[in-house]
Amino acid sequence: MEFIRITDVEKTYPSGVTALYGLNLKIKKGDFTFIIGASGSGKSTLMKMLYREEKPTAGEIIIGGVNVAKLKNRKVYKLRRKLGVVFQDFKLLPKLTVYENVAFVLEMFGYDKNEVRVKTLKALDLVGLKEKVKSYPSELSGGEQQRVAIARAIVNAPKLVICDEPTGNLDPDTSLEIMKVLEVINNLGTTVIVVTHDRDIVNKMKKRVILLDKGRLKKDFEKGTYDKNEKH
Amino acid sequence: MIRMKNIRILIKNIRDGLKNIVRNFSLSLASISCITVTLLIVAVAIIGSLNVENFTNVIRDDFTIVVYIENDCDDKKENEIKGEIQDLSNIESIEYNSKKQIADDMKKESQIFDTIISSWSESENPLYDTYLVKVKDSDKISNSAKKIEKIDGVALVKYGEGMIESLLSIFDIIEKILIVIVVSLIIVTAFLIVNTIKITIFSRQEEIEIKRLVGASNFSIKQPFVIEGLFIGLIGSIIPVLVTIYGYSTLYEKTGGILFSKFIKLFEPFPFVFIISSVLIVIGVVVGMFGSSRAVRKYLKI
Ligand SMILES: Nc1ncnc2c1ncn2[C@@H]1O[C@H](COP(=O)(O)OP(=O)(O)O)[C@@H](O)[C@H]1O
Ligand SMILES: [Mg+2]
Repeated sequence: MEFIRITDVEKTYPSGVTALYGLNLKIKKGDFTFIIGASGSGKSTLMKMLYREEKPTAGEIIIGGVNVAKLKNRKVYKLRRKLGVVFQDFKLLPKLTVYENVAFVLEMFGYDKNEVRVKTLKALDLVGLKEKVKSYPSELSGGEQQRVAIARAIVNAPKLVICDEPTGNLDPDTSLEIMKVLEVINNLGTTVIVVTHDRDIVNKMKKRVILLDKGRLKKDFEKGTYDKNEKH
Repeated sequence: MIRMKNIRILIKNIRDGLKNIVRNFSLSLASISCITVTLLIVAVAIIGSLNVENFTNVIRDDFTIVVYIENDCDDKKENEIKGEIQDLSNIESIEYNSKKQIADDMKKESQIFDTIISSWSESENPLYDTYLVKVKDSDKISNSAKKIEKIDGVALVKYGEGMIESLLSIFDIIEKILIVIVVSLIIVTAFLIVNTIKITIFSRQEEIEIKRLVGASNFSIKQPFVIEGLFIGLIGSIIPVLVTIYGYSTLYEKTGGILFSKFIKLFEPFPFVFIISSVLIVIGVVVGMFGSSRAVRKYLKI
């Protein structure tokens, strides 16, 4: 069952830079997929098109039956509510506590206080941060901050979680911890896409790996490690 | 169920709007003072212009033609003249004022008049019997005056002539200038508010970006800011409203409702000040909400 189907997608920015050329890709429901490639190879551009921060110049991006490429700007929020996004810089709100950083999403959607509490605590429990609900982001380590961001991404039970270099700011041990958290989420049925630079992690996780090179899909390793001699 | 959700979201946004005013207090204060100053000037301008309008109406109502009757007319002739005046169109009322009456009134006015007038015998009274004629339409007063002047036995007619008319046109100009000032002030304030709120929003760009990423609609991003603008408008109108209510009623009390001359009567303070206050609050709130919603627009993808 394919969940995401990318067909002949091309992206040229208004500046004239083409970030992606004729990309074709299918991702199955419940898959865990790594996207790797050198800096500037178009990984973030691809992610941005999945959560519809950017529109492809050509081609189709179907997510759960909807062509996201055609989505109007003012309708984008409907897509975003069904997916979670995680970034290298966490993007937490510094004036809010851990609990509030996760809960505000649900509050914004109008859930009642009790529902908000139950779902927020469940998400924070899943990432192992139930003890830190009252802390502020500045009082947490990088790994803990990223786990708050992951809790926020999954709190509304999305079908898809998109992570753009979630471990880019973290040390190797912490990075692996984050990947394990994402794996747990994946095991609960969520489709997970992770952009990363980190070869070791990719090799350890034994998941599907897609290699981008200068805006083109270079390799698609169905399972496990990718060729160690491959330069990217 | 959906309604319940919307109510919860609204309550949350009202809370957030208030929180943000407190959190960015110095900037909020800038916006609030902006509105306060404008509304104070707007209040003075509106009250001024409405009262000028009122003066104008009072003066118009007071438009009277004084008809002086030849001294050789007897009572019968005077009644005929009255009848002829009444037959003209545009006549509201006619009141008789005999020269004796006028002399008596003048006597009361000063000691000197009293001495002089008291020395006159009945036949020596040099004054005229008069009719005080009020017209329906003050714009046609000169026309009516001319017709009355032609009536046999009428010695002279007098009315405000050029003086009152030019006074009216001056009031008209003042009123127009005040309207222009009010409107431009409101527009200028709206843009000042837009820019002040833009500064507060600038420091919250990241918050807006995150909200967008997690699935906030444009409306739900906008709502707290617009509510914030509403409160800024409300708070900004407190001082102008108090000044209007207390200031105007005090002015009215101190002057007895009469300014400069008996022509210029002020409106009764109640409910006048409440109407003005409501107008001020509405202007403040609308300007605040408009300002915020303009300011936040830049950060939305529409
Ligand atoms: N907003 C943008 N405007 C113009 N060019 C961009 C923009 N974002 C990315 N690019 C360009 O597109 C190419 C791919 O960038 P990106 O997708 O960020 O790569 P990666 O995430 O793999 O490092 C780069 O050449 C980059 O300079
Ligand atoms: Mg990138």
